[in-house]
Amino acid sequence: MGSLGRRLGRGPAKYSAAALVWRGLRGGQWPRIWRDAELKRSYDAVIVGGGVHGLATAYYLARNHGIKDVAVLDKAYLGSGASGRNTAIVRANYLTPEGVAFYDRSLQLYNTMATDLNINVMFSERGHLTLAHNDSSLRTMHWRAEVNKLQGVDSSVIGPDEIKKVAPSLDTSSHPRYPILGALYHPPGGIVRHDAVVWGYARAADCMGVEMHQKTEVLDILCEGGDGTDGKGPGGRVVGVRTSRGDISTPVVVNCTAGWASLISAMAGVRLPITTHPLQAAVTEPVKVFLPTVVVSGSLHVYISQTDRGELVFGAAVDPVATYSIRGSLEFTEELAGHVLELMPGVSRMRLLRQWSGLCDMTPDYSPVMGFTGVDGFLVDVGWGTYGFKAAPVSGEQMAEAVATGRTPELIAPFALSRFDTGELVGEKGAAAVGH
Amino acid sequence: MLLVPCPYCGPRNSVDLRYGGESQPRPDPATATPEQWRGYLYRRDNPADWLRENWYCRSGCRRWFTVERNTATNEFRHPPMPGDKRGGKA
Ligand SMILES: Cc1cc2nc3c(=O)[nH]c(=O)nc-3n(C[C@H](O)[C@H](O)[C@H](O)COP(=O)(O)OP(=O)(O)OC[C@H]3O[C@@H](n4cnc5c(N)ncnc54)[C@H](O)[C@@H]3O)c2cc1C
Ligand SMILES: [Zn+2]
Repeated sequence: MGSLGRRLGRGPAKYSAAALVWRGLRGGQWPRIWRDAELKRSYDAVIVGGGVHGLATAYYLARNHGIKDVAVLDKAYLGSGASGRNTAIVRANYLTPEGVAFYDRSLQLYNTMATDLNINVMFSERGHLTLAHNDSSLRTMHWRAEVNKLQGVDSSVIGPDEIKKVAPSLDTSSHPRYPILGALYHPPGGIVRHDAVVWGYARAADCMGVEMHQKTEVLDILCEGGDGTDGKGPGGRVVGVRTSRGDISTPVVVNCTAGWASLISAMAGVRLPITTHPLQAAVTEPVKVFLPTVVVSGSLHVYISQTDRGELVFGAAVDPVATYSIRGSLEFTEELAGHVLELMPGVSRMRLLRQWSGLCDMTPDYSPVMGFTGVDGFLVDVGWGTYGFKAAPVSGEQMAEAVATGRTPELIAPFALSRFDTGELVGEKGAAAVGH
Repeated sequence: MLLVPCPYCGPRNSVDLRYGGESQPRPDPATATPEQWRGYLYRRDNPADWLRENWYCRSGCRRWFTVERNTATNEFRHPPMPGDKRGGKA
């Protein structure tokens, strides 16, 4: 191994133009981007779930707080959950002041991510249009625009003529059954390459000494002193986890398992306000790039973006029935196709290539559940529903701070689990039910 | 397609029904604390296993019924009997 293209000390190859040329000339293989390690018997902290949230939390624990004796455990492979299945839309145009402040911080972190993690995450700030087809959704768009502007987030309501300029392929005439009356336009919104974000966090965390263990399923959480059976439940504390590869002792367990969050929390005796629903998505064959922004229509239950490769990516709202099965359905495809054609009659000849589905941990108010749980050492970073990918950077940063300081950071205080006891919900349905 | 066994109409595509979620015992309004009510409103077991749940036969008989479904496989069991009403046993 030569030294060019290597970080000082341990860690993965540095990605740069020079390294690319050098490896191209020399024909050298790129090393694996994170290492395998032996599973130890004890860690300072264990993170359950190797999706983008678990990996971001591990990264910020090591980077911001020097807590590096951390294991991220995943029952399958990194990014096998929703993190590898989402439609990668990032935006901050939410409805509540708490939500806007939180997601805006995440957008800021996305802006510098490629440099911070030394990986090309293909973050494309291409703008985000949420269409209104009736007066009540137009009213919600105005509401969101005002809340956004107050917090310095770039959003405004635009009319059909301007929409036509931003996205000429949309049918803005009065002919459709539900004509487009206006839209919330949010220029900083866009898309990102989701796999690169997952791999980037894994690689950077690995570089600082965090261990990632794939095919390591958490079977139980070992507790002491709680009110429930086996010392679980409120008032108790975490002492370890039981995995498919043996027991590990640890004082801190962070639940980052999204669709499976209720199952992991139940292992610590914590009942969550969550139900698990599949969300389906689909992608077409690639065509020449014609759609410059992300387009969402709540009334038509559909959203569309076009990748740099030219495929149209479609999504909708979650399947209505709670289930852990991720089988797709014909109803989804039929409905989707009908609605897309109402918006963009021009794509009627395009063919769908693939359709897939992932699990979403839905909460009653469409906001996440983050922080402490009443069981000492057991934290949750869950309730990510259909909107959690964009939130990973800020969540990782804030959850790491909670673990390191033992206190709830201000930015995530509104999302505490206890809000479901006090009734202080953070209603984001108007900004998150269809547009993710 | 998910075929739901309506006790009155027989198997129906789930899109013809409304999903009513987990069937949980309702606390006694006379004695329940606000916290208990909110627990009933918001918290769920959400198991990856057999679940007792409610359905509303929206475009068929327009009645509620309770049924057991395995949320990991979407298999139904114990076809419900007519008269089995909404709301689990307390
Ligand atoms: C089709 C679709 C489209 C979406 N579109 C968007 C979007 O456009 N924008 C957006 O912001 N969000 C979107 N989302 C939501 C987003 O993808 C998720 O909220 C986010 O990826 C959640 O990340 P996570 O790391 O918390 O969970 P996940 O990525 O789901 O990771 C959880 C991990 O936990 C592991 N696990 C489960 N049980 C165990 C166990 N017992 N032991 C060990 N490991 C376990 C799983 O294997 C999995 O890898 C979408 C989701 C879907 C499905
Ligand atoms: Zn019926």
